Amino acid sequence: MLVIVGSLAGGYSPAWGHLVDTVLADYVVNSLLLMLGVGVGTFVLGVSAAWLTAMCEFPGRRLFSWALLLPMAMPAYIIAYTYTGMLDYAGPVQSLLRESFGWGYGDYWFPRIRSLGGAICMLSLVLYPYVYLLVRVAFSEQSTAVLEASRSLGKTPWQTLFLVALPMARPAIAAGISLALMETLADYGTVAYFGVSAFTTGIFRTWYGLGELQTAAQLAAFLLLFVFALFALGRYSRLRLRFHPASARQESRRIQLRGARAALCTLLALAIVSAGFILPALQLASWAFDDPARALEAPFLDLVGNSFMLAAMAALCCLFLALLLGYGRRLHPGRLETVAVRVSSMGYAVPGTVIAVGVLIPFAWLDNGIDSLAREWLGVSTGLLLSGSLAALVFAYVVRFLSVALQSVESGLGRIRPALDESARSLGHSPTQVLRRVHLPMLRGSLLTALLLVFVDVLKELPTTLILRPFNFSTLAVRAHELASDERLADAALPALAIVLIGLLPVILMTRNLSRGDNNA
Amino acid sequence: MNSQLEVHKVTVRYGAFTAVEDVSLTLEKGQIGCLLGPSGCGKTTLLRAIAGFERVAEGSIALHGSVLSTPRQQVAAEQRKVGMVFQDFALFPHLNVRRNIAFGLSHLDRRARRARVEEMLALVSLTDYAQAYPHELSGGQQQRVALARALAPNPEILLLDEPFSSLDSELREQLAGEVRELLKQNGVTAILVTHDQHEAFAMADRVSLLHRGRIAQSDTPYNLYHNPANEFVAEFIGHGSMVSATVDAGGELSQGLGSLDRSHGHWEPGEHLRLLVRPDDVEYEENSRTRLRVVGKAFRGASYFYDLLLPDGQRVPCLTPSHIDVPLGGELPIRFNLQHVVVFAPPRERTAD
Repeated sequence: MLVIVGSLAGGYSPAWGHLVDTVLADYVVNSLLLMLGVGVGTFVLGVSAAWLTAMCEFPGRRLFSWALLLPMAMPAYIIAYTYTGMLDYAGPVQSLLRESFGWGYGDYWFPRIRSLGGAICMLSLVLYPYVYLLVRVAFSEQSTAVLEASRSLGKTPWQTLFLVALPMARPAIAAGISLALMETLADYGTVAYFGVSAFTTGIFRTWYGLGELQTAAQLAAFLLLFVFALFALGRYSRLRLRFHPASARQESRRIQLRGARAALCTLLALAIVSAGFILPALQLASWAFDDPARALEAPFLDLVGNSFMLAAMAALCCLFLALLLGYGRRLHPGRLETVAVRVSSMGYAVPGTVIAVGVLIPFAWLDNGIDSLAREWLGVSTGLLLSGSLAALVFAYVVRFLSVALQSVESGLGRIRPALDESARSLGHSPTQVLRRVHLPMLRGSLLTALLLVFVDVLKELPTTLILRPFNFSTLAVRAHELASDERLADAALPALAIVLIGLLPVILMTRNLSRGDNNA
Repeated sequence: MNSQLEVHKVTVRYGAFTAVEDVSLTLEKGQIGCLLGPSGCGKTTLLRAIAGFERVAEGSIALHGSVLSTPRQQVAAEQRKVGMVFQDFALFPHLNVRRNIAFGLSHLDRRARRARVEEMLALVSLTDYAQAYPHELSGGQQQRVALARALAPNPEILLLDEPFSSLDSELREQLAGEVRELLKQNGVTAILVTHDQHEAFAMADRVSLLHRGRIAQSDTPYNLYHNPANEFVAEFIGHGSMVSATVDAGGELSQGLGSLDRSHGHWEPGEHLRLLVRPDDVEYEENSRTRLRVVGKAFRGASYFYDLLLPDGQRVPCLTPSHIDVPLGGELPIRFNLQHVVVFAPPRERTAD
C-alpha cells in the first residue's frame, strides 16, 4: 500500500498526462455514478428488506430473513454474465418477447443490460445484503419502548418508521452502504464485462494496454482516496453507534400484516431473492447441466484443484498471521500492536487491483535486484523469481484478506475473559501454553470461521488473481471471466456455479449466527 | 361517568396465558394511582392495555368518558390521549432534548409548539439543556425529559412504567416525591407501575396491589399497611411474619403470644387463626418472662432486626434499639403487643377469596 501512495510522489510519465487529458474524467464520473447508483440501490433494497423482516409479520418471514442473504454468495461478475445471457438480444427473455409479439430487431425498446445502469443493477442486487444485515440488526436492537413512545405521542407506525426507526438506524445504514460501496469500487469483473470505464478497468487498461506500471499505480492511488473516504465514513458511523444504546428489549412485537398487504410483502421479498440469487443460479445450473460430463473432465478438475490449493494456502497464512497479531495485541496491548492490527485490517478495504499493483512493484524490483546480483556474481540470469510466482499471489491475498481472519480471531479472543488467561498463568502456564491449552480449544469455532471466510473470499477474488497469476495458471474465477468475456457464457457456467456453491458456505454460517441472535433476543 | 379513567373487568391474555384477569379500577381527575406487585403479576400488562399496546380479551377501558378498548374495538395507541413514561425513558437518541419534547406536538403551529416546549423545559428545570442529546444527560435529567415529553401534548392520563427503576436507590424516593409534587400542581391524572412499595407510597393516592393478574387490594397506602385484606397483601407490604395460633377458652393465644384485642371479633375459643406479626408488635422488655431464641440478626444502624424462634418453630420479627445486642443463639426477652395485630381466619375456613 505504501508503494501505491509513494507512486503519487514519483515521476509522472507522459502517459499520465495523456490519461488526465482523455479518460481520467470518464473514470471519475463513471465511478461516482456507479457509487451513487449502487448506494441508492442497496439502500432501497437493503432497508426495505430489513424493515419487512425485522418489523413486520407476513407469510414466509422466517424463511426470507435468511434467504435474503443468499445473493452474498453470488459474485457480481457472475451475476453480470448470467443476466447478460438471459437478457441480451439472443437470450431467452427477448426471444420470447419477439416470438409472442411477432417483433423483429429494432421494433421494440429493451433496456441494454451491458451499460452503466446494468452494472448498477447487478451490483445492487448482490451487495444489498451488507445493508440488510447491518440495518436488520439495528432495527431488531432498537428498544421497542422507543417505538412505542412514538406511538403514544400520536404517530402512526409509518410515521414512526420515518421519524424514529430510520434515523436511529442511520449509523448502521451508513456502515452498510460504505461496505457495499467499497465492494463496488473494488469490483472489476462486472464493469470490465459491461464495458464501463471505471477506475479498476482503467488500472487494468493502463497497464496491459499502455504497459505503464507507474501510471497504473498512480491511478490506483487515486482510487485509494475514494476508498479511504468510505473507510472513514464506515468507522465514523460505527463510532456513532455507541450513542445508540440497545436497551432491554421486550419480546419483539411485529406489525401483523394481513391479506393483500401481507401477500405484497411476501412477493416483494421473493422478488428480491429471486433477482439476486434464485434466477441467476437456476440459469447457471441449466447451462452447466447441459453437458454435465464436463464437470469430471481434466481441465475443470485442474481449475478446482488450483483454486482450492491457492485458497487453502492463503487461508492458512491469514489464519496464522491473524492469530499472531490478535494474540500479540492481547499479550501486549501497546500502541504499536494496535496500529499494526489497524493497518493490516485496512487491506480488505483496498481493491484487489490496487493490491495487485502494489505487490507487483516491490516484487519486480526485488526480482530485478536479485537478477542483476546473480548476473554480476554468478553470471546467470535468474529471471523473474518472485513476481510471476504463486508466492506473490498468496502474499497479495494475505494482504487483502488478513483483516477478515483477524476480525473473527479478535472477536473470538474478545469473548475469552482475561481472568481465564490470568488463572492459567497463575497455575504455572507460559503464554504459549495458555494459547495452546486454553485459547485454541476455545477459539476453534472462530478459527474455523476465519479459515472458511478467507478460503471463500480467495476463491471468488478475480482482479488480484487475474493480474498476479503465473503464466498459464488459471482458477475458477479467472476461467469463468475469460470464457464469459469470449461470449462463451454457457461454458462459463460450470466454474461460475462452482464458485456460487462454495460461496454459499459463509452465508449459511452467517444465517446460523443470525438465527441464534434471533433466539437470544 | 365522572371518572377520568375507568377500567372495567378487564382481562388480557397472551395465547393461553392470562396475564390480567377481571381487573376493575377507577381514577378521578387529578388522582395518582399505582399498580403495585411482584414481577409477573400483570401490572405492566394492564398499563400497556391502557396505553393501547395490548388488546383486552374481556372488559373495557374508558378514558374521560370515551371508550378506548373493548374486545371488539381497539383505538390505536397514537389516537388515545395517553402519555407514557417508559422504564428506560425511551428517549429518541437522535434528537436533542428540545426536539424530543416537541415530538408529540406536530399538531401545533410553529409558534405554539415553541411556546409549549419552553413551558415544559421550565417545568422540569431543563431550560439550559435544551440542545443536549440524551446520552449527554444524567439519569435523573433523562427522566425529567421523558416526563416533559409525555406531558407536552396534554394527555388525559399519564402512565409511568417503573419510571424510577433505572435510577440510584437514593435518588428514587426523592424523585418520586418531586414528581408527585409536579403532577399534583398541574392536576395531572396518572398511573404508576412499580414493584417498590416505598415508591408507591411516596407517589400514589391509591394503590392497587396485583397478584397473579388479579387485584389483591385497592386502597390508600395507610390501609394497605394497616388493614391488609388478605395474607398476600400482608406479606407483600412492609415487614412481618404470618404466624399460626389457636385461641383458648380464656382468650389467650397459644405459643405464649399473649391475649388478643377482642374487638377483632371474628374468633372463638379453639379457633385456628393466622396472625400478621409486624416487627413493632414484638417489643423488647428487659424483665419479661417470655424469652425467645435469636436465629437471625441484622444491624440496621439505629436498630437491630432480630429473627426470633417461637416454641413450635415458627418465626417472628422484632426491632430493638441497637444497643440491645444479643448474640445468635442467645435469648431475647420480649413482650407481645398484639393490640393492632391483623388476624385472618385460616385459608381453608374462608368461603371465597
